[in-house]
Amino acid sequence: MRERLLLTGNHAAAYGAMLSRAEVISAYPITPQTMIVELLSELTASGRLDAEFITVESEHSAMAACVGASAAGARAYTATSGQGLALMHEMLHWAVGARLPIVLTNVSRAMAPGWSIWSDQSDILSQRDVGWMMVFAETVQEAQDFVLWMYRVSEQVYLPGMVGMDAFILSHTAEPLIVHDQEAADAYLPPFEPIYDLDPAEPRAYGGLVNRDHYFELRYKIYESMERAGSLLREAGEEFGEVLGRRYTPLEGYLLDDAEYVVVSAGAMTSNVRQAVRDLRDRGVKVGLLRVIAFRPFPITEVRSLLGGRRKVAVLDRNMSPGHSGIFAEEVRSALFGQPDAPPVYGYVVGIGGRDVRVETVVDVVDDLTVREEPEMALYVGVKGLPIGPLRRDSQITRLQPLEVQP
Amino acid sequence: MRWAVPEAEFMDPGTLGCQGCGGALSMRMVLKEVGDDAAAVLPACCWSIIDGPWPLHSLNIPVLHTAFETAAVVATGIKAAKRHQGKDTTVIAWAGDGGTFDIGLQALSGAAERNEDILYVCYDNEAYMNTGIQRSSATPVGTWTTTTPDERPEPRPKKDIMAIMAAHRIPYAATATSAYPDDLARKVRTAVAARGGMRFLHVLSACPPGWKMPADQAIEAMRRAVLSKVFPLYELRNGRDLTITVWPDREVAIEEYFELQGRFAPLEHEPQTVEQIRSDVAERWQALVDRHERTMALAGA
Repeated sequence: MRERLLLTGNHAAAYGAMLSRAEVISAYPITPQTMIVELLSELTASGRLDAEFITVESEHSAMAACVGASAAGARAYTATSGQGLALMHEMLHWAVGARLPIVLTNVSRAMAPGWSIWSDQSDILSQRDVGWMMVFAETVQEAQDFVLWMYRVSEQVYLPGMVGMDAFILSHTAEPLIVHDQEAADAYLPPFEPIYDLDPAEPRAYGGLVNRDHYFELRYKIYESMERAGSLLREAGEEFGEVLGRRYTPLEGYLLDDAEYVVVSAGAMTSNVRQAVRDLRDRGVKVGLLRVIAFRPFPITEVRSLLGGRRKVAVLDRNMSPGHSGIFAEEVRSALFGQPDAPPVYGYVVGIGGRDVRVETVVDVVDDLTVREEPEMALYVGVKGLPIGPLRRDSQITRLQPLEVQP
Repeated sequence: MRWAVPEAEFMDPGTLGCQGCGGALSMRMVLKEVGDDAAAVLPACCWSIIDGPWPLHSLNIPVLHTAFETAAVVATGIKAAKRHQGKDTTVIAWAGDGGTFDIGLQALSGAAERNEDILYVCYDNEAYMNTGIQRSSATPVGTWTTTTPDERPEPRPKKDIMAIMAAHRIPYAATATSAYPDDLARKVRTAVAARGGMRFLHVLSACPPGWKMPADQAIEAMRRAVLSKVFPLYELRNGRDLTITVWPDREVAIEEYFELQGRFAPLEHEPQTVEQIRSDVAERWQALVDRHERTMALAGA
């Protein structure tokens, strides 16, 4: 029966796995993901979810167990965060190469050292190139629904899918959640019927040695599938609306029609961006919001059409790629490159290590955007004692330390 | 002599194993007893190659290749799926000594501690042979490998993996080798029958290139390993009850085991190490005998 409850993002993710009828769950506890593991343990122990729950000894093993289970034809789910996702890295690649539709919820947390459990998307974005589909939830509802959305597409294209949600801001914040009726969820997500399932009657070898005359083609097919996933995500998002009453899209625009300035954002901080956009509109600033929901595959064409012709674009990055800029800014710039109507893209790095990104923070960013003349790769917002701006030029090391012995 | 080993074959000829490969022979012997309702996990090891490059496959059971350190846990995942599907398939994790003693130890310990319903087989050739003979923690003291060259041979004794498994109190663990096929077959049979929990087989598997010996000496080397008591054959139930299964029927000095293999050449210049090994071997054998007798006494035999 459809229920309306007050739940946290973590519990919503667990309900997402339950509504998806995950068959094998393998997970290792890490703050701030633990509540997902705890609730799934309860749901399986009580029989409310008919699944095998494996309490592995590491995140690397959590993903490895999912790889085994999925290869044997089970719908496999896990959840992790920060260090745990980094430890999984090798097996994230494996899931892709083995073409296994595993779904993972990552509660984004800052990377150590220093130890920090607070919100920061550097962990998930460091996995950009492994070949997982990635979507970013903004609400508790989406933390649940995106699990189903990912499975729906994953099992069509045989690529795994990752749902990102922000530490504490979403994982530990209670919001009203509609837990869908199980029958309706089943109608949206039928049982997984794998092509291969390690059936002893069909003794094949999977994932073994591949010589140079085949490997490229296998990888090419991954590119093709990811390309296909773009349109399937859109279709499956529409279908979600028809079957379960909430329509999802790879991108979401807000007050974009006449916007001269656009703020690009992903994840939970987007709610504050939306409020800031409303406040700025009250002041007469023609600003809108473009929310990135699907990061992989990246909706390049729509980004071009939604951002083309704007006066300026600010990209908020709650992540860093030292030596370059924020990762979303890189992606947006790369999508726009060479487009005749491409606007200048200003990268803003915000909220690193869980520093609050408040409505006022976003207003400050837009105020900076409207007056700043030259676009910068990365402008740092909220570093103590510094105004919004690029790296301090005077602090940069410009010379090699001289050798003690001259050659 | 008649061996109590099934005639059925689940491994095709023409694998990529080297001549005299003990690892290939171990697989052949083990599968004869496991039968065809099985699936195997292969982490990085010689068997990643031996099975054949895609699209070839030399085993008549499905095989999932996986990352080096994950044999036990990928097998766990497969078993969970099979259990959920109501299937009784035997899931084998098949790893070398590197994938068991070293990089795979964490996942192995996790699976053992949770008493996962898998059959873990370590085919132990006592070094990283697939990458070209580098030492592992299964390499015996005094051995030459490419990372323990003649000038500085392996300085530490082989890790006691069976003691580690015993500490996990798993239902069944045994040492075995293809030089004693009926003993190996019986242990596989016992392990398969002990389904429901973790089973571990430590199978010494000669590697002629890595052990620096002619291919036709592989069986003889494994036999001498047992007869010299360097590699005793025994089984362990619940990590407690130990039974020796093959009692050497003649005295073989450890030198007779070493002299077959060029990898032990450094020992020729290290008589003290040889004496240390001799006393260690004798001490370990006596400890096994004591435990065997205690098991017998407890069983009222």
